[in-house]
Amino acid sequence: METIFFTIVAAVTVLSGIMVVTCRNPINSALSLILTFFCIATLYVTLDAPFMAAVQVLVYAGAIMVLIVFVIMLLNIRSEVGRRYTHAGIIGTVVGFLMLVLTFNFLNNSSLTGAKGLITTDVINKIGHTELIARSMFTDFLLPFEITSILLLVAIIGAVILSKKKI
Amino acid sequence: MDMLQFPANIAAAAGVNFAAIMPEVILSVIAMALLLVNVFINSEQKAYLGYLSLIGIVVTFFSVVSGWGAPQSGFNNSVLQDNFSLFFKGTFLVSAFLTILITDQYLKREECNWGEIYPLILFATVGMMLMASGTDLMTIFLGLEVLSVSLYVLAGFNRANLKSNEAGLKYFLLGAFSTGFLLYGMALIYGSTGTTRVAAIASYISQNGMVLSNPMLVAGMLLMAVGFSFKIAAAPFHMWTPDVYEGAPTPMTAFMSVGPKAAGFAAFLRVFIVALPAMKADWSELLWVLAVLTMTVGNITALKQTNIKRMLAYSSIAHAGYVLVGFTAGNAVGTAGVLFYMLSYAFMNIGAFAIIVLVGRKGEENNNVSDYAGFGFKHPVLGMCMSIFLFSLAGIPPAAGFIGKFYLFSGAIQAGYVWLAIIGVLNSAASVYYYLRVMVFMYMKDPTEEFDWLAVSPSLALCLLLSVAGVLIPGIVPGTLLDLAQKAILM
Amino acid sequence: MLGAYLPIIFLVVIAAVFGFASLCFSSLIGQKKPSEVKLAPYECGCEPVGSARERFSVKFYIIAMLFILFDIEAVFLYPWAIIYKKLGMFGVMEMAVFIVILFVGYIYVWKKGALEWE
Repeated sequence: METIFFTIVAAVTVLSGIMVVTCRNPINSALSLILTFFCIATLYVTLDAPFMAAVQVLVYAGAIMVLIVFVIMLLNIRSEVGRRYTHAGIIGTVVGFLMLVLTFNFLNNSSLTGAKGLITTDVINKIGHTELIARSMFTDFLLPFEITSILLLVAIIGAVILSKKKI
Repeated sequence: MDMLQFPANIAAAAGVNFAAIMPEVILSVIAMALLLVNVFINSEQKAYLGYLSLIGIVVTFFSVVSGWGAPQSGFNNSVLQDNFSLFFKGTFLVSAFLTILITDQYLKREECNWGEIYPLILFATVGMMLMASGTDLMTIFLGLEVLSVSLYVLAGFNRANLKSNEAGLKYFLLGAFSTGFLLYGMALIYGSTGTTRVAAIASYISQNGMVLSNPMLVAGMLLMAVGFSFKIAAAPFHMWTPDVYEGAPTPMTAFMSVGPKAAGFAAFLRVFIVALPAMKADWSELLWVLAVLTMTVGNITALKQTNIKRMLAYSSIAHAGYVLVGFTAGNAVGTAGVLFYMLSYAFMNIGAFAIIVLVGRKGEENNNVSDYAGFGFKHPVLGMCMSIFLFSLAGIPPAAGFIGKFYLFSGAIQAGYVWLAIIGVLNSAASVYYYLRVMVFMYMKDPTEEFDWLAVSPSLALCLLLSVAGVLIPGIVPGTLLDLAQKAILM
Repeated sequence: MLGAYLPIIFLVVIAAVFGFASLCFSSLIGQKKPSEVKLAPYECGCEPVGSARERFSVKFYIIAMLFILFDIEAVFLYPWAIIYKKLGMFGVMEMAVFIVILFVGYIYVWKKGALEWE
């Protein structure tokens, strides 16, 4: 059941991802990107990470897409006309295919022996995903959390400096 | 660690230790204060922000000096303020100090005298310091982001100038792309070792040797190498450098070519030497290739440049290559050489850029090598300063650049990389051509201009004085600084 | 596990079906008597002038950007809100540092006049 669900969602994710880069009308690309973000949120749900899924929808599918659509309107980009697929596209496809073969070969000949974490599905069900994130964030990763606020502050200054008409 | 149990004492679980992040705290508080002061004062008073930020840097520098020799770890090993990070923090503070000294005159000339530039420089410095002392991939990454976001803004700070806009946008797009590589690499390392703390990564690998054959770990290492190589502008990830360095406001170019490069090296060294020593055989091969490519591409392309900022951009690529030689060696001499070289490079490069700020005219004009014709005769003192910086960049004794290169290359020879050292020396010899070309223009061509508009502000004069001292004193008596560098290495 | 999300899936399906069905029905059942006035784009009763695809002012952009930044700040508050009782006083301090740093940004934006519609 979950495998089928994953296959469908993953297929839609990849297809809408391809749509993002191949659509000629930038608004269509942006809409495909929203679909991609939603699918990724769904994948987070299947990974027992509902908080990540909510944030993905809130921040990416919500706020960041607003910004992207604004940029499209700001630049007033019309749908692209003329030749789209140049030799760069062909080279890209060839290199991408080679990388794919290489990756498969790599994965076939060696095993993925990643470390096993402490947070299993049982632990998530017992404590709750959001609370687990909160615990790490406010104990183990307190410093990175506080640095985030500095990062946001710098971004605020940057937004004002670079895009305000009169400073 | 029992996940089901909520920690009883949160402060202890978080491992708060302010001593480990004192310089960062001081500098960020000062930067925030300046940001607030900035919106309450008028445009004539903006220069005071510069003075205040200089005072802030000096105070932070004292906190760095007082921490020397007493390593402090904090926040559950997220940061470690050891001699290594303190030495780098000193380098960052020196480069921020010298940059701020030349900023005021430039801002007035280009009529973009907005006070935000000072808090942004300070925040960038905070980011660099976090990169140097970060012992957790998350801390390093966030430090890098704080630094990068500040730099994107600083590169595009001269909003009226199209080239500055282009520089900001290019740097942002390519920087964000490379950050993706770095983050992906970190994620794969986390996936294969289950931790983001650099020391814990090393101990996991040494306890579970079979992880070394895991493609995830290898790919993570490679992706991180790509991400860091972009930040230090190593070939073939250097494409952004010339355009960004040429377009960015000159003082910011000076800053970007020195501080962030040093910060990139600090994080690069920390992650690869502390977290991945088990893969040293792999990554030193990789760095060997990167070093040779970087030196050669940088020097050969610099030979043909006519714009002096662009020429110094390629020269900075070449210098990243020399420093990579020391990194490839990975031994005590080579690593100490990296630390020593980054500090002396701060003095010589910002000094050279101070002269470029002086000679340049509004709208980033007068930045061609040919504009320096006769400059040495019209202004003998300034000409002599420029010659000292160029000699040091070329690695000619008795300047600090010579001592630095000597240590980098002898480190490589000691580690058995004789060919690498030979390629480095050959490159260094080739670089003399384009540095001396500027001097040929300065002293052997007839002046086409009177250079009578030149006005050396007191702060710029102080910058030149400090830079000349910083180039000559370690060049003639390198003992003290080398001693400090040797005490600051990671082994 | 996924059963918990069944209501959400139902909601999405109902929303999609409703939107699709109302479009279908209105085109199937509704009467179509097109005239020039009816087919013209509606612009508050005025005669439509020029293309609707105009360049938007950068003013919208800066508001959107500031919205995202403070939105991200709000995201960090959710996990904190879940355990703030367990974190106790120390948790309040942790969050206070975070908020104060961003409050500096807020004062900056406000005094700078970036929130005004100039």
